[in-house]
Amino acid sequence: MAKITLEELRRLREQTKADIEKREVEGKETLVIVGMGTCGIAAGARETLKAFVETIEKLGLKDVVVKQTGCMGYCYVEPTVEVVMPDMPRTIYGKVNADVARKIVEDHIVHKKLVSEHVMDKPAADIMK
Amino acid sequence: MEMIQIKVNDIAIEVPKGTTILEAARKAQVNIPKLCNHPDLPPTAACGLCIVKIKNNPKMIRACATKAEPGMEIITHDPELYQVRRTVLELILSNHPNDCLQCPRNQNCELQTLAADFGIREVPFTQMIVEHPVDDSSPALTINPAKCVKCGRCVEVCQVMQNVWALEFIGRGYNMRIAPAADVKLIDSPCVKCGQCTAHCPVGALYEKDETPAVWEVLQDPSKHKVVQIAPAVRVAVGEAFGLEPGTVLTKKIYSVLKRLGFDAVFDTNFGADLTIMEEGSEFVERFVHKKGVLPLITSCCPGWVDYLEKYYPEMIPHFSSAKSPHEMVGVLTKTYYAQKTGISAKDIYGVSIMPCTAKKYEITRSDEMRASGVQDIDVVLTTREFTRMIKASGIDFLNLPDMDADSLLGDYTGAGVIFGATGGVMEAALRTAYYLVTGKDLGKVDFEETRGLEGIKRATIDFNGVKINIAVAHGLANVQYVMEEVKEALAAGKEPPYHFIEVMACRGGCVGGGGQPYGATDEIRAKRAKGIYEDDKQSEFRCSHHNPMVQKLYQEFLGKPLSEKSHELLHTHYHERPLYNR
Amino acid sequence: MAYRSFVLICSGTGCESNKSGVIFDRMAKQITEKGLQSEIQLVKTGCFGLCERGPIVKVLPDETFYVDVKPEDADKIVEEHLLKGRPVKNLVYQYEESQKNIKIENIPFYQKQFRIVLRNCGVIDPENINEYIARDGYKALEKALFEMTPDDIIEELKISGLRGRGGAGFPTWRKWVFTKDVQSDVKYVVCNADEGDPGAYMDRSTIEGDPHSIIEAMTICGYTVGAHQGYVYIRAEYPLAIRRLEMAIRQAREMGLLGKDILGSGFDFDIEIRLGAGAFVCGEETALLASIEGNRGMPRPRPPFPAISGLWGKPTVINNVETWASIPVILLKGGKWFAQIGTETSKGTKVFALTGKVNNSGLIEVPMGTTLREVIFDIGGGIKNGKKFKAVQSGGPSGGVIPAEYLDTPIDYENLQKLGSIMGSGGLIVMDEDDCMIDIAKFYLEFTVDESCGKCSPCRIGGKQMYGILDRITKGKGELADIDKLKQIGRAMQKASLCGLGQTAPNPVLSTLRYFEHEYRQHILEKKCAAGSCKELVFYTINPQKCIGCGLCAMKCPVNCISGEKRKPHTIDQSKCIKCGNCYTVCKFGAVIKG
Repeated sequence: MAKITLEELRRLREQTKADIEKREVEGKETLVIVGMGTCGIAAGARETLKAFVETIEKLGLKDVVVKQTGCMGYCYVEPTVEVVMPDMPRTIYGKVNADVARKIVEDHIVHKKLVSEHVMDKPAADIMK
Repeated sequence: MEMIQIKVNDIAIEVPKGTTILEAARKAQVNIPKLCNHPDLPPTAACGLCIVKIKNNPKMIRACATKAEPGMEIITHDPELYQVRRTVLELILSNHPNDCLQCPRNQNCELQTLAADFGIREVPFTQMIVEHPVDDSSPALTINPAKCVKCGRCVEVCQVMQNVWALEFIGRGYNMRIAPAADVKLIDSPCVKCGQCTAHCPVGALYEKDETPAVWEVLQDPSKHKVVQIAPAVRVAVGEAFGLEPGTVLTKKIYSVLKRLGFDAVFDTNFGADLTIMEEGSEFVERFVHKKGVLPLITSCCPGWVDYLEKYYPEMIPHFSSAKSPHEMVGVLTKTYYAQKTGISAKDIYGVSIMPCTAKKYEITRSDEMRASGVQDIDVVLTTREFTRMIKASGIDFLNLPDMDADSLLGDYTGAGVIFGATGGVMEAALRTAYYLVTGKDLGKVDFEETRGLEGIKRATIDFNGVKINIAVAHGLANVQYVMEEVKEALAAGKEPPYHFIEVMACRGGCVGGGGQPYGATDEIRAKRAKGIYEDDKQSEFRCSHHNPMVQKLYQEFLGKPLSEKSHELLHTHYHERPLYNR
Repeated sequence: MAYRSFVLICSGTGCESNKSGVIFDRMAKQITEKGLQSEIQLVKTGCFGLCERGPIVKVLPDETFYVDVKPEDADKIVEEHLLKGRPVKNLVYQYEESQKNIKIENIPFYQKQFRIVLRNCGVIDPENINEYIARDGYKALEKALFEMTPDDIIEELKISGLRGRGGAGFPTWRKWVFTKDVQSDVKYVVCNADEGDPGAYMDRSTIEGDPHSIIEAMTICGYTVGAHQGYVYIRAEYPLAIRRLEMAIRQAREMGLLGKDILGSGFDFDIEIRLGAGAFVCGEETALLASIEGNRGMPRPRPPFPAISGLWGKPTVINNVETWASIPVILLKGGKWFAQIGTETSKGTKVFALTGKVNNSGLIEVPMGTTLREVIFDIGGGIKNGKKFKAVQSGGPSGGVIPAEYLDTPIDYENLQKLGSIMGSGGLIVMDEDDCMIDIAKFYLEFTVDESCGKCSPCRIGGKQMYGILDRITKGKGELADIDKLKQIGRAMQKASLCGLGQTAPNPVLSTLRYFEHEYRQHILEKKCAAGSCKELVFYTINPQKCIGCGLCAMKCPVNCISGEKRKPHTIDQSKCIKCGNCYTVCKFGAVIKG
């Protein structure tokens, strides 16, 4: 019968809150959509998805939802990932393997810098930094 | 006592804090209609007739269960209350058989009175009668579920006032009825036949076995020698059936009517009471002075109490006095001593006891020792209620009869004998004689006020010239547990028991409040009846049992001395454990 | 665990009885077989509310809302959606065209709801205390024990305006303050989870889906009033709720959130469960307390009220499950926040079991003041099969019916009472043109007559008499005088019954009489049941114009009372007809008339 102290309860709440909030979509402004169509999966989209989830977890980013979708159409550059963020243009990345996934999180999401070499759907030149 | 001011029908009155609206209304000259409420018992709030209103509040509340609050303004009767009460009464009547003319409570029924008072001529609802068989398994009492109005009084009495727990509600809603647990028959339940349920039932759902037909039949049998005795408590209550005040002592009229009814000999149970004191008093001296036998000694003249002890406290049997109850003593002597003297054979003698008690109907066959004369010592027991019905059926103008005496042989009594009828009376009578048995002298003052009164448990220490006797008197079986626990605790710890002598009466007030007495007993009436008893005692020529000349004669001529072998053969009995439930 | 997908499966009694547990097990198996167990978290949650379409499976963060899921579908969901990212279209809740791309929370069923009591139902796993804690569980208890005094808590409750959700609507703060202020060595806290209204399952779902909210609230109350022992009296017919509650109590005890010196505050509190034994009357507070004491469940006169003299004569706070579930939120968000929701007299939200002839039947929670029309038509999706709305019955066996002209009434305690009904515990039964008002009154009366404890004459006898009259009316044996008799008995029961059961048992009858007396008269005088519900008053006849003499009805008639030659119009022998309605059902030509 381990009796919990006030501090321990509060810490437990912090921890579990983070876990449960991962389910939430409400209020999360950043969306990472991974194409998980057949071609995507064949190209390794599941590892990509995993990498996104793990990196976001590691960096403790609370505002990001990772969703999956079917084929986006860019079958030749699978795996494809779309990133939707306020303050950033809607961007579709191609050839996103696990490493690129990590980079996108660090650069695009955290530092708001596009990972230009993988951008498939470019925004207009004047918006690109 | 804090008093509060309230208004009832705009009349300002003052009542003690905590008074219910029902009680308070009486001060404003209103008796709010009620059915389930009884002054002896906490309110069950079941019938719904006592509803009243508080000014400016549309709700109706129950007067029996609601306590008056300061400043309350109560309305006890307005057209709306009348309408609702009437509808509730009509509903109750729609659920009740319409056979007043053949009911044991005809003219003595609280529902009948309500129906008459409300001027009911027609019940606008379908008659719905409960179809359930009558339980007449018990030799003393009968349950008729069809007439039950579910007031709950019998359950409260049996559980709370008597602590016997033979009756409970079973079933739900419309199918609810009163029965022992698991729906066993009454005879197989813990019922001790005290009859308090019948005494509190407002209608004809619970009633005593009517054994008057057997008596009427015997009265016309010339081959039988009919003998009758009356209990102390009967004489102060029988007058109530004829409009007299409770407590009016009508002994000599009773002897008179019994003779006129056709009994060959009229005796008095009080004689038996005096005899009981001789035997039990001697028992007490044996145990208290000579240390032969265990203490405390507990009285055993109340058959309801005997049954209760055998069922609930069988381990205390060694503490019971082995003396039989007074009427059984008179009964056995009628068929031996009296038979001898008159030359009539015991089997030709028919003995009737008129008792305030329903348990005695069972007592007369409770063991073979109730046939110590060779035949059944008492043939039938009639309650006071049955007795009054016999008087009325005969047409005899009871109140205007000339006084007569009883037949002395077993009919003369002392004041100590008559006080058996009230709680504390046995104890007081015993003390009067015990003093003589212990010291050889007579008491100057024979009144022991500390044994009298309606308090549930009376405890006292009696000082007989330095010899201290601790006594306890309990009445109403629910009070027994406290006294028993005190004794058991002390005995288990190896200590001196807190009492030397204990008197127990199953019915509140003692026999004057017995289960077979006229209906409507309340503490007020019990007190009045007891007053009559103590007055009879005061006016008696002899006030101590050992002074009864006929008792002395009995010992000289027949028994020898108290606790003699003959006494033991005829006047004493044994007890054994009984199960609470017969399966 | 870095999960990337969360699958929430409803495990309330409704969905469980439709094998949602099997769905869970199969999905778990599939997920393991496909090696996805480190990526997908399967969570059993409480009730989502849309019970009409259960079993329900929700996938996050995709926000896919699957309905009518069967165990066979489990494999497909895992294979297609979880593995390949393609939601299984035919299982997804179908939005209307105009509503595509809106979130689940904004579908008509959920849009007007505001889930406070049900905040965690459908969101967390009720069997895992950590998930409750994660959503600010036991935070209100922390606040109460360390930052608030009992008076502060009472004040917060007072500001909130929370009223008892069991049906009486008594201000909760007042009940607590009575018990707090009375001197006693021992006090008790009791949760009334007896929920006896037929068809009501608000409390059941709350306990199944979020049992800790009750535990936390009762502990807070114990601290406020000075009690150290709580009892949850729950009906034995709720085995799943009992199991979840037992589990929750055990987990709370293990963690030290129940027991001695909670969180080091010095305050002790513990909770025990007591089971009911099948008596509706034991939902009445004094009968409930008698039952906990081991006595026969019969009501006692009040005063004294339980707050002063309750369990074993000690001061006792007894509240309904919904009331308890609201407490932690009120303390965390403040009474003022709560009071902003609802109407002037009725603050906060109310959970309703919306059932009957609506399209979206299920469990809903709406702010007080939402109109009946919004509940039935917006949330409920309107009347099934395009039939016409007739009335809505609220408050269970103690309530009344509300006809169409009052559909725009904002729901609150006072408004419903004015209409002759009550809020009750939250049952709402929607009725259409095929429902007979006398039949519904009879249905409820049959229930209350059966459940009457029998103690007091007005209810015990009055109820049975009223039922007898209704029975005769539905069988065509009614008399005009019966209407006044019903009113007379009804009034006596309302005024003179000892407890709420008897006092409110006449409500369905009196309320249907108030708004639909014409139906009663039709039954009595014309011996006709327009709704076609009272068997003895329904007649089936064959329209000779439409009948082509195919003989199908005669074949299907169980008593052979239809006769006729082939290809000639048939006739029904009324003296033999048992009104089973088979002919009506099978006739393809609409030739059988019911009326």
